[in-house]
Amino acid sequence: MITFLELLVNGISVGAVYALIALGFVIIFKATEVVNFAHASLLLVGGFVIARLHPLIGFWAALLLGIAGAAVVGALIEFLIIRRANVISHSVLAIVTIGVDIVLTTELTRQIGTDVLALGDPWRDRVLHLGGVSIAETRIVALAVAAVLISAFLLAFKYTNWGIAMRATAEDTETAALMGVRRGRISMGAWAVAGALAAVAALFLCVFPTPGLDRSTTFAAMKAFPAAILGGLDSTTGALAGGLIIGVTEAMMSGYQNDLVFLGRGIGDVAPFLVMIVVLLIRPAGLFGTRELARV
Amino acid sequence: MDVHAPRPPGDSGLVVRDLAVSYGPVLALRGVSLDVPRGSVVAVLGGNGAGKSTLLRAVSGTLRFHRGGITAGEVTFGGKRLSGATTSAVVAGGVVQVPEGRRIFARMTVEENLRAGALGAPGRRSAAKAKERVLTLFPVLAERAGQRAGLLSGGEQQMLAIGRALMARPRMLLLDEPTLGLAPMMASRIADTVREINAGGTTVLLVEQNAAMALSLASHAYVLEVGEVVLSGPAAELATSDEVRRRYLGIEDAPEAAAGARPVLARWST
Repeated sequence: MITFLELLVNGISVGAVYALIALGFVIIFKATEVVNFAHASLLLVGGFVIARLHPLIGFWAALLLGIAGAAVVGALIEFLIIRRANVISHSVLAIVTIGVDIVLTTELTRQIGTDVLALGDPWRDRVLHLGGVSIAETRIVALAVAAVLISAFLLAFKYTNWGIAMRATAEDTETAALMGVRRGRISMGAWAVAGALAAVAALFLCVFPTPGLDRSTTFAAMKAFPAAILGGLDSTTGALAGGLIIGVTEAMMSGYQNDLVFLGRGIGDVAPFLVMIVVLLIRPAGLFGTRELARV
Repeated sequence: MDVHAPRPPGDSGLVVRDLAVSYGPVLALRGVSLDVPRGSVVAVLGGNGAGKSTLLRAVSGTLRFHRGGITAGEVTFGGKRLSGATTSAVVAGGVVQVPEGRRIFARMTVEENLRAGALGAPGRRSAAKAKERVLTLFPVLAERAGQRAGLLSGGEQQMLAIGRALMARPRMLLLDEPTLGLAPMMASRIADTVREINAGGTTVLLVEQNAAMALSLASHAYVLEVGEVVLSGPAAELATSDEVRRRYLGIEDAPEAAAGARPVLARWST
């Protein structure tokens, strides 16, 4: 029971971090209809900036610069590539983002080399004991930060002019333009916000109990893809649900690995993708993907 | 409706001069010129594919969404050039379009749709005033404020589309087939509203297939056919012209007239 609780809390915490990544993925898709395969590299940019700068300027300043850095790189990808690529199909742009991802990831992994970079976070490896349940402080902080960021984002999405403009553009780009919405600004903003969220996620993917930022961090980030897709690519709610489902599944599968030996080792890493496939078989648009609600 | 005398040269509302538009190799408009003097209602008539919507896209700067572009001529409003400007600049300049088929944001609430309409013309206080005006014009929108726009009836959606455009406080409103698909009662309700909006000082360019309605509203009208202006004049005059009566009002003056008509006209015989 105690193991179960520990796994559950850890799963939810990791799931919340996946949700941050998936949320960025979803808003880029909503604003520009591009499936952004470069998302993992945005995350790597954020993590790398934090890792390199924290010995020089302290953790908090490094964190801010990491967030800003990933946001700027996201905005630049939009401004320099997505906006200029005058292609007919959005799937072509998706393939372009694969190219961007390869370039960024290759360069960053070259910089990182075989090192494992610490991010210098103040929580280190402290563990909180509640009754018999032991949970790393980093997991608690991750959960709290993700909850705050996600709520702030959803409130902004619902109530601010930015949110209205985003949703209008997502629903009907041409008509949104007729309202005076500037599409370029909206899509650049979406990429920047997605980059910033990814940088925060990078922090929590690399802190204890993970050893730190290394070349395998992108693989961890990849698990947010199934989260976004099983939730429904165009649904913010779906990103949250998907993130949590993937996080908890992964934690449970890894935690009870010994009871699931017949499935082979490392099932935790595969589980997110299995869950995604099962969900898509039953609901092709994802859990919360768009079903038209309109009267003709 | 009084008939405007030939437009006074200094009073420039919307002026379209020798406009040509193409979608890739396809020429959609050729040498189109028209004037919408400030404060007037002008109608553009024509069948499907005549280029009516293309004309409005050229004014609003949304041709690029359809892979089209202006190849010649220009559009100005109040002396300022609109052709080549971005859509947001056109909106900020006071020219706002209500697109064909209403195109309301179905997944957003009525209230949010109205807010979206105000995005192009920021300013909290004036937005509140604009909203007040819209809700007086269309009280039903206030009743349905929290409802998803996709669940409104067709007529209510058209009201929302017009209300949304008014949120930007336009000096000029472009209406693309506002009565399309509406019941006759609702269509005449929309016509009354257009009259009311115009009485408030907003210039209106009305694109319609419903010629009877359009000619009753407009002071001046143009007939567009395969991308060219083939007829123009005061609305009252056009309403009595044989050609318009036959083609757009469905009135046969003499039974033989139909037999002599060119075969292309079959498209408009509904």
